Amino acid sequence: MITLNNVSKTFTLHNQGSAVIEVLTGVSLSVGRGECVALTGASGAGKSTLMRMIYGNYLTQAGEILIGGVDLARAEPRDVLALRRETLGYVSQFLRVVPRVPTLDVVAEPLRALGVPAAEAQARAEVLLGKLNIPERLWGLSPTTFSGGEQQRVNIARGFAHQYPAMLLDEPTASLDAANREVVLSLIEDAKTNGAAIIGIFHDEAARARVCDREIDVSCFTPGLAA
Amino acid sequence: MTPLLSVYGISKRYGPHIGCAYVSFELYPGEVMGIVGESGSGKSTLLNCIAGHLPPDEGKVVFDTRIEGPKDTIAMSEPERRMLSRTDWAFVHQHARDGLRMGVSAGGNVGERLMAVGERHYGDIRSKATDWLGRVEIDASRVDDRPTTFSGGMQQRLQIARNLVTGPRLVFMDEPTGGLDVSVQARLLDLLRGLVRDMGLSAIIVTHDLAVVRLLADRLMVMKSGRVVEAGLTDQVLDDPQHAYSQLLVSSVLQV
Repeated sequence: MITLNNVSKTFTLHNQGSAVIEVLTGVSLSVGRGECVALTGASGAGKSTLMRMIYGNYLTQAGEILIGGVDLARAEPRDVLALRRETLGYVSQFLRVVPRVPTLDVVAEPLRALGVPAAEAQARAEVLLGKLNIPERLWGLSPTTFSGGEQQRVNIARGFAHQYPAMLLDEPTASLDAANREVVLSLIEDAKTNGAAIIGIFHDEAARARVCDREIDVSCFTPGLAA
Repeated sequence: MTPLLSVYGISKRYGPHIGCAYVSFELYPGEVMGIVGESGSGKSTLLNCIAGHLPPDEGKVVFDTRIEGPKDTIAMSEPERRMLSRTDWAFVHQHARDGLRMGVSAGGNVGERLMAVGERHYGDIRSKATDWLGRVEIDASRVDDRPTTFSGGMQQRLQIARNLVTGPRLVFMDEPTGGLDVSVQARLLDLLRGLVRDMGLSAIIVTHDLAVVRLLADRLMVMKSGRVVEAGLTDQVLDDPQHAYSQLLVSSVLQV
């Protein structure tokens, strides 16, 4: 489902003496349906950078990133947008929303964007928010004033509202208590059962051992770090 | 899919000065594109050339019209272009006063655009106008008040209602949230996003506020000295800018 061939990334900092930083070279990997792969490596190895490249958030200098037949390294913006709407989900560590929008609508939005009727999308959002233990009295409020853990759970609910065939998870269980961590892990397991290909970053080793089928050490692709 | 709008090599000079130079892009139905750049970078000139408010020196603006298909709007006759700007196009000005008739009631401002496309039944016009005032969150009791009695944020929302009542397919916006306080900005952004999604609108938004484009625009063009220096997916351009100027622009934003 997700295939990377010989992917490289450099950052050129034009305003800081045109410094060129090589971040990743020669990344090749492949993740099949129903499989969950963990990216590992020390801080700064390029895990998040690789994740952002796969989402099309960072530009890829060389190689190809194939998801559902689209090469993200070369795709037109509208193709990337369509892919993100239908095929590729991303749960980031931070929630970014329009202020003032109620939590329920924030979570239902990915479904609304796919043309799901408002009532149905909201029903799904209610189920997810309930599962993730967000008290019902908060559903009508904007998540911008929520606590860190609550915001993260809203973000996860939003990420799992639509059943994406491919998903990227950036530390989905960080800063969650045991009960909520359990809920998130079972959501990931359900997604796998439904055939989703998942790439994740988990600093939580027990979580990684439980949901991931394989680990890929990103430092192998980091120039200067590789042995 | 046919692009809704195709812009080919638009250039505009003011004497020896470049307004904008050789700008080309395509906009597809349902897409929202942001244009950012500092003051004087040519973004408003470009918007005005595309929207038919300024004649460009060179270039073509091809719009996929409902009846005749793709047509160059610059080569169109004046009445034809005017019809387009009353029906399928809408222009939201930075200053609501430029887009409203200040001596006419709020309901009249919205109803006028309906009458311009041939609606004649007073009751229908009034009920549609009231409906739209509700959608932009202006109380129905204000329908007979003049916009001079409205706050800046209300005037801006009224301008949006006036523009969208005829169900346009393409909306041009010049700094739609500029000059409004932040709480009103958030409201307006939320409103615009909902309208774009529910009506399947395409929009071109000129702004210098990067936070606004991040929330509203799918795609982004960065302009400097009249030229497009970078274009791409909004979050990609903002998070991984490639051009020296875009990097400067993004890194210059003050953190709140």
